[in-house]
Parts: sequence; structure tokens; C-alpha cells
Amino acid sequence: MKQRLGMLLAAAALTTSFAVHAQQSAKKAPPAAKAAAPANKSEVSKEFEKFREVLEEDNPAELYEAKGEDIWKNKKGPNGTSMAQCDLGLGAGVVKGAYVHMPRYFADVGQVMDAERRVVHCMIKYLGYSEADIRKQPFSNVNKTPDHVSVITYVAAQSRNMKIAAPQKHPKEIEAYNIGKEIFAYRAGPYDFSCASCHGEDGKRIRTQDLPNLRKPDEAIRAYQGWPGYRMTGGFMLTQQWRMNDCFRQQRFPEPSYLSDSITALLAYMTVTANGQTYKGPGIKR
Amino acid sequence: MDALRRTLLKGAGATGAIAAAIAAGVLKPSQVLAAEYNRAAFEAKDMAGALKNIGAASAADSTGIAIKAPDIAENGAVVPVDVSSSIPNTISLAVLVDKNPLPLSSAFDFANGALPEMALRLKMGQTSLVEVVAKTADGKYYKAKKEVKVTVGGCGG
Amino acid sequence: MADPMKIRAQMKGDTAEIRVLMSHPMETGQRKDNAGNTVPAHYIQSITVDVGGKRVIQGQTATSVSRNPVFGFRVKGAKAGDKVVIHWEDNKGDKRTDEATIAA
Repeated sequence: MKQRLGMLLAAAALTTSFAVHAQQSAKKAPPAAKAAAPANKSEVSKEFEKFREVLEEDNPAELYEAKGEDIWKNKKGPNGTSMAQCDLGLGAGVVKGAYVHMPRYFADVGQVMDAERRVVHCMIKYLGYSEADIRKQPFSNVNKTPDHVSVITYVAAQSRNMKIAAPQKHPKEIEAYNIGKEIFAYRAGPYDFSCASCHGEDGKRIRTQDLPNLRKPDEAIRAYQGWPGYRMTGGFMLTQQWRMNDCFRQQRFPEPSYLSDSITALLAYMTVTANGQTYKGPGIKR
Repeated sequence: MDALRRTLLKGAGATGAIAAAIAAGVLKPSQVLAAEYNRAAFEAKDMAGALKNIGAASAADSTGIAIKAPDIAENGAVVPVDVSSSIPNTISLAVLVDKNPLPLSSAFDFANGALPEMALRLKMGQTSLVEVVAKTADGKYYKAKKEVKVTVGGCGG
Repeated sequence: MADPMKIRAQMKGDTAEIRVLMSHPMETGQRKDNAGNTVPAHYIQSITVDVGGKRVIQGQTATSVSRNPVFGFRVKGAKAGDKVVIHWEDNKGDKRTDEATIAA
């Protein structure tokens, strides 16, 4: 386990000494988050909640969903070919419900893939997108939302109102979950932070935002369905891979490379924790 | 269509010639719309200028205008606002944000069954009053306002 | 060309509820890009809504409407099956027209 974690972290451009620390750090209790909650926390949150529904009812994410559907169905990729052969885990070309059944083990590649990783894999394999181009700009910015982000939004939307059911049958699926759990609690970096510093206890907050405790199913779902989400700041779609990468940045860790094994493992941990909850995304975030 | 021609959108620059062209059927109102953009109002840098250029400089305060907006916005880039008027014969609504660099955000005309109400989302650079102006068919103007606080955000969300 | 709008139109009693999402940057003209250059203003200026062949709404908008605008309207007396046609034009002359049918 220790060795495997080391390999994954190395793949994520993290140092070997970092991995050596993992076992010890994971045993420590998570530190208190730096942001203390003020007395008026619940009132501000309640005010936000009142207008959440309004925002969710007409979510600009739908614009990207439509674009992703067009790319998936209408042979809009560089090769003019179709995604009909893309197997998201429920059979070739089946999109409905596939999103909430990932991450999962895919025999054709011999590894566990999260939804984003699988979609990108298919877009390269079946539509002719270039991996190098995708890696050049994996995440959206104010000028461009990459095609794969729209396709992921479409795939996610096709599981709306379905129960999350990430499988834990194949040994590699169980392994991914366990590695994710370990990375989640792993403290390091200049701030001696871990994912759990912010997301491992109830009632944490950064400024006006409540932070979900990702160890609990009813809170893990909040993080899970937030992304892919329409980010109001800037006005574009961001994905789960982006969110996880950005957590590394915010902890002042080196950022994993796009679609790294570490992020798939973290997503496996978060998704399996949320299993049984109903997916209501794609999200809209502040 | 006449109802729509008498409204807030008719900027100071709109000429009789355009009105005559519409009446004669030479121009469709939809073609005129772009040409007739109320630049003076939309480019006014303060509330007084914006109100003056939509003709509402002396609008009376009214409780007949409802503004549904958050007391504190989750994000100033997307502030959901729902406005409506119960003032009889309201034909236009304009939405302004006091502290924005250009206060006038939008002006809409309603006819042929469209209720004098709309939902939209605004950018707000800072805590500010949101003001709504209603115009009635007899050419009277009314206004109401609501404060929306804009806070700094958290992390990535 | 601009991406399609998403239009939802549904009857509630004798009133049609119309919601529309538009794909547009709504640039304010005040933002700077990474190179420090000001990004020119680019925003929807005019919007029209026709229901059942009649113009019911016309509006003008400016840069303080959020990016990817969302609008909601209600039209009394419309019927299920009526066609809703929404059109926008921006300050650069880009335009887009999309339609939907009012659902029962």
C-alpha cells in the first residue's frame, strides 16, 4: 500500500519524501481549519440557500450540456466519427445513468477511470481529439471552454436524479477507494494541510462558504454534484478534476498532472462515500 | 405594436422619421430596435443621467413595484433579480444598479398579454441599491428600490 | 456563430411561463486579458420575444446583465402549442433566433 501510494503520488508530480510521510500523517487527527465561523454564519448561509433554487432552476450549465450532446451525437469531433463505440461502463454508446456508476474498472484499459478520464479517453480514441491539445488546456477559462468539458457536462446531466452507485467489486476499484481515502487524510506542504483539514469535519467554513465534510454521505454528495458546475465567477464550466486539482493548489501542494491516478483515487473515495445519494447536478457554484 | 413604441426604449435620439417609416410599413419595428438603442441612457455614468434619458427623472416612489433579490448576494457576478409591477397599465420596466459604472442594465416593454414582470441576473460590482422604474400607458413613471449586499467570496466553491 | 439558446415555455393556468438561457460573454469593456489589454465590450443590446406570431416583449440590455444571460417572462392568454420565437442582437452585430413550442 505504502509503495503504491508512493507511485501514485510520484505520478502526480509529488516528491518521494512526501509519500514516506503518508502513513504517519494519516494517523494524526486533522488540524482545525484556519477559518473560524462567525456568529452570523447560518443567517448568511440561509440567505444564499433561498436563492440557490432560483439559480439552479435556470443553470447556464445547460448551454454546455447541449453543446456536449451535439459533439457526442453529431460527429462533431476532428475525425467526423461517432462516440457510438464509447463504453462508459454500461455498454457501448450508453450514456444514460453511466455517470453515477463511475469511477469504475475498465477492462479494455486495465485501470480504474473516473467519468472525466473515461470521456477524454473516448474522445481521443473515437473522435480523434489529440491528447496533447487537451492537456494544453484541460480546464475552462473565460476565453474558452474545451470541448471535453461540454461532453462531460452532457454525460453528467444524463444521470440527473439517479442514485450514485460507484462499484466496489473489482479489486482495483477497492484499491482506488483506499488510496483516495489515504490521500484525503495525508498532511504535508508548507501549511501542513490535508484535504481533511477543510473537508474532514462538520461545520467548517471559508469566508461565507460552508465546506462539506467529505467523510459523510449526505455531505459528500454536495461536493460530488457541485462539479461539473457552472462557475458564476468568470461564467464557465469547471469539472471535478479541476476542483480536485485546485484543492492541491490551495493547499500549496504541487498540482497533479491532468487525469492523474491520484485524482481518480480521490474521486473514487468521494463518490463511494456518496453512494446511495441522488445526483442533482450539473451544479452552479459561486 | 403601437403600445411597444411608446415606451422606455424610445431614446432621446429616436426620430419622427423612423416612427413614420414604421407606420408606413417600410421598417419592421424589430429592425428599428437595434438602430434605436437608447445609448444615452445605457451609457450614462450615474443614476440621474440614466433616469433622465429613459424619461423617468421625476418618477414617484411606489409600493406597487416588487423587487425580489437577495439581501446578500452569493456572487456579485450573478445576482438573481425578479421584478414585477402591480401598477395598472404598466407597459415597461427598467432595472438599474445604483453603484455600477453604467447603472442602467435593461429596459423591457410588455404588450399583447405579456405581464409587466421579468426575471434576470445582474452583475453588481459592490453593495448597491437595485432600482426599478415602471412606466404606465398614460406616460407616468414610478420607482422602487432594494439594497443588495455584495460580499467577497470564498475559495473555488 | 453564436451557440443556440435554451428556451423553456410551459403553461401554468392561462399564463405561459417562458425561460431563456443565452450563450453570450457579455463583456463589460472593463476587463483586462492576461496580456493586460482591455477586452472590448461585447454584449447583447436588444431582445425580442414573439408568442403565437405577436410581439409580446422587446427589450434593451447592457453590460451589467450577467454573462450567459437568463431571462424569465410570463405571457397571459398564450396557448399550449403556440410558438415562442426569441431573437437577440449584440453590439457587434452578431444575432441569434431560436424557437420553442409552449408545452401544456
